[in-house]
Amino acid sequence: MAAPSVKGFPDFQRLKILAKDEFTSLLDQMPGRKDLVIDGELMKPLDRIASVSLLKQRGVDKIFKFDSSLKSMHGCEQRIYLVRPRMTTMKAIADHINSDRNINFKRKYSIIFVPRKLHTCLSVLEYEGVMGCVTVSEFQLDFVPLDKDVLSLELPEFLKSFYLENDQTWIHTVAKSLVRLQALSGEIGHVYCIGRGAKMVNDLMNFLMKRNSSEQDFSRHEIGSLILIDRDVDYVTPLCSQLTYEGLLDETFGIKCGTIEFGPEVTGKQQSAKLLLNSDDAIFEDVRNRHFSNVLGYLSSKAKSLQQDFDKRHGLKSVGDMKDFVANELRRLKEQKSVLANHIGACEQILGKKTKGGFEDYLQTEHSLLEGSGLRDNVNFIEELLFKQDNMLKTLKLICLLSLTQNGISPQTYKSLKTQYLQSHGFEQLVTFSNLKSLGIVTDQETGSQAGTPLNKVASGMAAMTRRSTFQSLCKKLSLIPKSDDIDLKNPTDMSYVFSGAYTPLSCKLVEQVLTRGGFTGMEEITKYLPGGVHSENHVKASKDHSTPVKDKSGKSARQDRPVSKVVLVYFLGGCTYSEITALRFLGKLKGYIFVIATTAIINSSTMLESVMEKPPI
Amino acid sequence: MATADWNPLGEIYYKKCEVYSMGWSDIVDISKFEVSAAPYGGPIALLKDESKTARVQVSTKPIITVFTAAGKQISQMRWNSGSIHKMGWSHTEDLLFVQDDGVVLVYDMFLTFKKTFGMGQEAKDVKVIDCKIFSSYQGTGIAVLTSTYRVFIINSVDDPRIRRLAEVPGLSSAPSSWAVINLDRQSRALIAKGSELCLIDQGGQYQVQTPDVSTEVTQFLAMSLSFNNRCLAMFTDKGVIWIGSSDLQKKYCEFNTKSPTPPQQLSWCGAGAVVGLWGNMMLVVGPDKDWINFNFDNPVHLVEEEDGLRIIGKYQHEFLYKVPEVTEKIFKIGSMEPGAMLFEASKEFYKGSQKADEYIRIIKDKLEIAVSQCIEAAGHEIDPAKQKPLLRAAAFGKCFLTDYNPEAYVNMCQMLRVLNQVRNHVIGIPLTYSQLQHLSMPILIDRLVLRKLFYYAVKICQYLKIADAEGASRILAHWACYKVQQKNEDDETIARAINQKLGDTPGISYSDIANHALEEGRPDLATRLLDFEPRAGQQVPLLMKMHKDNIALSKAIESGDTDLVYTVLLHLKESMNQGEFFMAIRNMPIAYALFIQYCRQQNRKLMEDLFYQEDNFQEEGTCKVVNSFNEDRMEDRIEELKLAQACFTKAKNEFAKVQTEEQIKLLKYQQRLEEEMNRPYLNLSLHQTIYRLTLANNHKVAEQLRKEFKVPDRRFWWLKINALGECGDWVELERFSKGKKAPVGMEAFVEVCAKHGNMKEAMKYLVKVSPEQKVKCLVKVGERKKAAETAFENKNEEELSYVLSKCGPSDKQLVDTIRGMKQQMSRR
Repeated sequence: MAAPSVKGFPDFQRLKILAKDEFTSLLDQMPGRKDLVIDGELMKPLDRIASVSLLKQRGVDKIFKFDSSLKSMHGCEQRIYLVRPRMTTMKAIADHINSDRNINFKRKYSIIFVPRKLHTCLSVLEYEGVMGCVTVSEFQLDFVPLDKDVLSLELPEFLKSFYLENDQTWIHTVAKSLVRLQALSGEIGHVYCIGRGAKMVNDLMNFLMKRNSSEQDFSRHEIGSLILIDRDVDYVTPLCSQLTYEGLLDETFGIKCGTIEFGPEVTGKQQSAKLLLNSDDAIFEDVRNRHFSNVLGYLSSKAKSLQQDFDKRHGLKSVGDMKDFVANELRRLKEQKSVLANHIGACEQILGKKTKGGFEDYLQTEHSLLEGSGLRDNVNFIEELLFKQDNMLKTLKLICLLSLTQNGISPQTYKSLKTQYLQSHGFEQLVTFSNLKSLGIVTDQETGSQAGTPLNKVASGMAAMTRRSTFQSLCKKLSLIPKSDDIDLKNPTDMSYVFSGAYTPLSCKLVEQVLTRGGFTGMEEITKYLPGGVHSENHVKASKDHSTPVKDKSGKSARQDRPVSKVVLVYFLGGCTYSEITALRFLGKLKGYIFVIATTAIINSSTMLESVMEKPPI
Repeated sequence: MATADWNPLGEIYYKKCEVYSMGWSDIVDISKFEVSAAPYGGPIALLKDESKTARVQVSTKPIITVFTAAGKQISQMRWNSGSIHKMGWSHTEDLLFVQDDGVVLVYDMFLTFKKTFGMGQEAKDVKVIDCKIFSSYQGTGIAVLTSTYRVFIINSVDDPRIRRLAEVPGLSSAPSSWAVINLDRQSRALIAKGSELCLIDQGGQYQVQTPDVSTEVTQFLAMSLSFNNRCLAMFTDKGVIWIGSSDLQKKYCEFNTKSPTPPQQLSWCGAGAVVGLWGNMMLVVGPDKDWINFNFDNPVHLVEEEDGLRIIGKYQHEFLYKVPEVTEKIFKIGSMEPGAMLFEASKEFYKGSQKADEYIRIIKDKLEIAVSQCIEAAGHEIDPAKQKPLLRAAAFGKCFLTDYNPEAYVNMCQMLRVLNQVRNHVIGIPLTYSQLQHLSMPILIDRLVLRKLFYYAVKICQYLKIADAEGASRILAHWACYKVQQKNEDDETIARAINQKLGDTPGISYSDIANHALEEGRPDLATRLLDFEPRAGQQVPLLMKMHKDNIALSKAIESGDTDLVYTVLLHLKESMNQGEFFMAIRNMPIAYALFIQYCRQQNRKLMEDLFYQEDNFQEEGTCKVVNSFNEDRMEDRIEELKLAQACFTKAKNEFAKVQTEEQIKLLKYQQRLEEEMNRPYLNLSLHQTIYRLTLANNHKVAEQLRKEFKVPDRRFWWLKINALGECGDWVELERFSKGKKAPVGMEAFVEVCAKHGNMKEAMKYLVKVSPEQKVKCLVKVGERKKAAETAFENKNEEELSYVLSKCGPSDKQLVDTIRGMKQQMSRR
């Protein structure tokens, strides 16, 4: 267990087993038959940890999804709530309890907070007068291993709560997750922080580690470096249309906690199909990281070879061969066939959506926004989308990109675009724009120069000097926009292939730079454009490991000798996209790194924007 | 000879040895004091009640003095409460005083008052005539006998819960003797009533028993239970000592002392012999009627231990104990036990005699037993001079064993080192090896801490390599708690001294120490100490307790743990008035942001107040906008929006102000439309509203809205074309196309027709499409062939490629044609 597994990935199954054990022991604290009421957003993560049969075995009678609009709930005499610590949730639970009391129904209640209980929640319970009749415990579920190289906290609200509302509650959870991870996989030697939240996580992590140091065993080292990246360093990448297969699956169907649900239109049957998307699915593993343009071709060739395998049965000579074929091969082939059929079906759906509705023009605009060319045409295109009442998220995405790539929108255009957007999609979007302004995603150039987010502060100063926006400068310095138009999407040589060679994701490029330089030295020209600044730290102690000197510079050569130093944990605060994961996987293959991606949640442009949008009144 | 001081008692031997020569010899005359000593080598308390000895009635209160077992004075005080009936020690070495009104006072060995409790109203009303302090399964218990001959009992002085035992039937005078028996997790009292014994319990049950005594008995004058509560000794009025089991089922022996008076003390020496003390004469009686007689020069006091008896006198502190079996095996004259042989061998070896070899040969195959015997015997020796040769013998024997596990040997050496140290008269805890086994090392360390011997305790921990968390740091924490009580030193010095010693030792809780300082009434010292506390989670609650709310808040913020920040914030909110509270948090952006988060979910009104106070009109306006969504009644909603509008005006946000204004207007429109048309229009955007109106063929109102809200032409055209296309109103669409020149171009019309599958209509507009858009439009209506031809005519290669890219697998022929065209063009 201690040694990295065959392919060099640390074994994260341990996290799953730990979480499972913790959860079952929590269930056992309430012996006997009980109902389980689960917060909707915890359903899928829990599914990955504990199966329904395990829950039943532990006395769980019925499983309900938590619905805060219900004033009362029925069920058996014991009930466990498994919830995120939110005040509104607490109020609803108190309502349930009080309604039981009113009809004199005796029930035992237990609230399990994920990942920890908060004082504010308890104060709500106290205020509602139900504190006396509930038992309260914590379930420290942090990382849900989605794949062998992907860990997610499944906390999509991080983005809104931290960057918009300045609430640091989840920073603690992130730090705690790293502490717990290191308790399993050993202390991480090098820590690089990009952004404000990253620094905060690092500080808190160090503090928590110091406090626990006597209890933990740091003799193992499975992860060499940790790179923490704030999402507000790079809002551009998640807003770009994803073009890899996995990314498109997420944008089209929505991947939830590593599982996808295909409707009848994909499966071609009556019922829908649920698929676990990870490296265990050999076909998916082959296509997930491909640019969409060569997915269908691959799948069809796969279909042909599968057909050949099937055809083998005609060539079977003896009864023994036949028996063998049916016993071993047939089952596997049948499974593969159904998986393949689903993937082909999904491709058709994606293709259908992409050829319709002017997707090409849209992509064209997106790319020219990234390049910073044809500004007038792009604005016209956005306006056209508004006039045609096109999808509100799609349109908003382009407005965001326009602002981010240009350091804000000129006051005139800003006003007119906002007006048009409100006319098309309703007055409540006024709040959305106010939120986006606070986040620094959509700003006007005027306010950008006065106040606002640090991004714009730095940017405006720069703009005056170089007459180029922050983003454009970063593009130039890091050559994010490849010069040549022709990129081999089939056998890519550059990370930009995930966006058809139009753009290399900034976040991933930064990771590459930090790793090749072994820190931030020599990157001052780049880091000055990044909001929140950068920070690096070295925890490798000379006494512990003689092969690694303390100094960062000389450590670079030594690190190459040790396989562990090639294992890099990249932690996205505020979520990351599948395209970024794919790009990092590609970078790993190219440069010989083993990347493990940790994130607060897996996002895409739609989920990211939706989380900060004002919901229309019902 | 090693056996010289052994006194045979039947088959076994008893040995009396001096532990200390008492440090009090020139000041204390033990006969003038009431004496009480704690077991396990605990301290000795002396109570001098002058009213008892004085010939004239004096009203002075008694003096209490506490000494170590070696006679070194620890503390002294003059009693200032009621009349003491009984004095005794608890298992945590607290001194207990039971007054005749049943009040129990608890002091520590430094005679610092700890707590007090009573033994119940009845005991208070009728007075206590006798009292027993006994060791119960829960710690130390107290039983009192009232003047009404009822027994009240508590099982633990830490958690005093008074229980009344059953009444002894027909008890009309005070019992001649009584005792508390503690067996099977239950405490019962054995009361002697004439020749009968009555066992009473908490459940109200009683049991009358008559023990089997061969001589006539009228009264049992004394009784005593062995340390383990299994054996009982009684003294009858005829001078007979009866020894048996405590359940009175078994009798071991009767011994006639021929003494008419009962002994001053009737005790047990371990569980093996009964000891009676008459004046300066002590009689030891074994279970088989064997006896030994000791005489003393001075009065003595007996203290029972689990493995022997301590005899405290004016000059000496002695210990009487049964010679352990293993010691006997080694030292008994003529013993052939392996241990004895090994001991001899070792002695000869160090003398340089070859006899050593002979001895070893004799016990060759029993060498392992021999070694462990020597080790064990060394443990039982009190004098280091006697421990040494035994250990040396063990070490010698060990050499001949190939795979002997040295753990037992090493452990014993370490234990003896510790034991010899604590037995030293400076510390004065005369523990035996078996007592330490029973007491356990952590408790011994606790006892050292209790005596404020912090340095010794730490050294022992370090010597035994006890983990810091359980050992050294715990002791240091105790030391610090003691340190903060020193009122003569100033806060700064103490804080620095504590930090210097404790540093960052893991397991130290500065907040506990600070809490202690606070209890001692030194809040400033507590604050200083809290500065050293790294765990904000511990620090913050205490700071709040000390009303240092502002420090608490900033510490909580520093910790990065929002939960803590909320804890302080909610506390502040409760304890301050709103204005002060707002002022307090306005300079702390993180606290401010968190509080707003809290309000967003719990109290939106408060959030608006906060924004208002901060002149943050923009946010206040946004708040009101969001509020408006939750209003059910249209009037309220508009009212809320009007307020928002006012806020935006103050915030100088012209854009938001105008938009809000327009929204109010739109809402009013929509409301009117709903009333008139009986269709839902509310909450639609402007675009959607006009679209719906167009669908409903209500072009007039649509036009009106368009003008009212200054909808751009391009939007309006797209809107109308799409809406008409959707409802299939081709006539109206045609009329519309013929009106003003379309700002969106004719291709929009083509697109809409194509979208709704009406190719015939599409063709109508196609002719009017501008030449540069023609190819695209043709493709849209599906006329790829025509498109290709047009592109060819236009001689536009780009357009040709566009058509080509739109060709599917079914257009094979066309693809070939286009390729041909392209070739043709490039050739030219």
